[in-house]
Amino acid sequence: MHLTPDDWEVIRLSLKVAIVGVAVMLPIAFALAYVLARGRFPGRILLDAIVHLPLVMPPVVTGWALLILFGRAGPIGGWLDRAFGFTVMFRWTGAALAAAVMALPLMVRAMRLSIEAVDRRLEGAARSLGASPWRAFRTVTLPLSLPGVWAGLVLGFARSIGEFGATISFVSNIPGQTRTLPIAIYTALQLPDGESTVVRLASVSVVLSLGALIGSEWLVRRQSGRAHVL
Amino acid sequence: MSFDVTVEKRLGEAEIAVSFRSDAGLTALFGPSGSGKSSILNMIAGLLTPDSGRVVVGGELLFGNGVDLRPEARHAGYVFQDARLFPHLKVRANLLYGARRGVSRIGLDEVVDLFGLDHLLGRWPRTLSGGEAQRVAIGRALLSNPRFLLLDEPLASLDQARADEIMRMIERVRDELKLPILYVSHNPAEVERLAACVVSVRR
Repeated sequence: MHLTPDDWEVIRLSLKVAIVGVAVMLPIAFALAYVLARGRFPGRILLDAIVHLPLVMPPVVTGWALLILFGRAGPIGGWLDRAFGFTVMFRWTGAALAAAVMALPLMVRAMRLSIEAVDRRLEGAARSLGASPWRAFRTVTLPLSLPGVWAGLVLGFARSIGEFGATISFVSNIPGQTRTLPIAIYTALQLPDGESTVVRLASVSVVLSLGALIGSEWLVRRQSGRAHVL
Repeated sequence: MSFDVTVEKRLGEAEIAVSFRSDAGLTALFGPSGSGKSSILNMIAGLLTPDSGRVVVGGELLFGNGVDLRPEARHAGYVFQDARLFPHLKVRANLLYGARRGVSRIGLDEVVDLFGLDHLLGRWPRTLSGGEAQRVAIGRALLSNPRFLLLDEPLASLDQARADEIMRMIERVRDELKLPILYVSHNPAEVERLAACVVSVRR
């Protein structure tokens, strides 16, 4: 199988969109997971529901909501435009934003489970040994919840690589900017002679997803030899 | 005065109320399981907040009169019943976890010698037997520059030979380091052997 320069452009763009989206979302997802796992405050259930919205809504609706918020006339998009002259519309940054929002619930779920599994008495032990709350978090809670962080990264990455509906309705289908793997496959399917492109790009999708899964499993095993993602 | 403790705490249905003063080197809290002994230790260590009361250890006010020192400021060497080693750190890192809180009266080499930990330093906690884990836990507490020790049933999960061995080590710590020790147990023989002052806790 021989990949064309156009294929490579799509692959590079997809990787950039997924990696940047997931990386930027990572600290936000972890903070949300931590708050949902540990916090006891009014509105927690509402926050939980909002985080899960992209998982249960049709992706096209999520994309449309992003369009309303981040469009040049939207509340966030308008402010970004006025304050920084910056827009995500029809740019790869918009595709990354859509991918990150779609990946968020999966990332939060995985991380939350593993934060909930951390034995809080170990944090008490750390405190009694002289650790500040921050050091106890950094040296006990965080490392013990790493398997969930890896799981969240892999799920988020796989979800981002596969993102279609929210992306196409939010930032359209623009070669080099927002035409990621699934959108390129969809585009090729519309063409009478697109068959071979579909086969090539679909194979690449499978390889990327499997690679992420196997890579993270290897990382986790190397780290602890015990906990695992799969 | 080693310990001057008066605490009250309601935990669901249970009401814990205890008051004792002791000047002994090793004071035992003696009572059946479920009588709230561990909760009393947690209140002294600062991991559980009493509803009311006063905790003074070695002349330092830890709780009461508007004072509520954070656990990390209490300098307790707390040895938990289940050892509670950090599973993601090897034995050496577990031992040294609290060592940055100033210089202890006893160093890593001495602790390793005293508790026979030399061959365990590179091991993961999950590969240790109950007795080995308990020795590491006591060593970790001693290395955190404690001003007093809280031992919660440190022999509970051990067979007789291992228990004797750990008891001898506790005696040495009591006699050589001169740290006030509060020792929780439900075993009369242990208490009789180790403690100069016994506080009975009833349900």
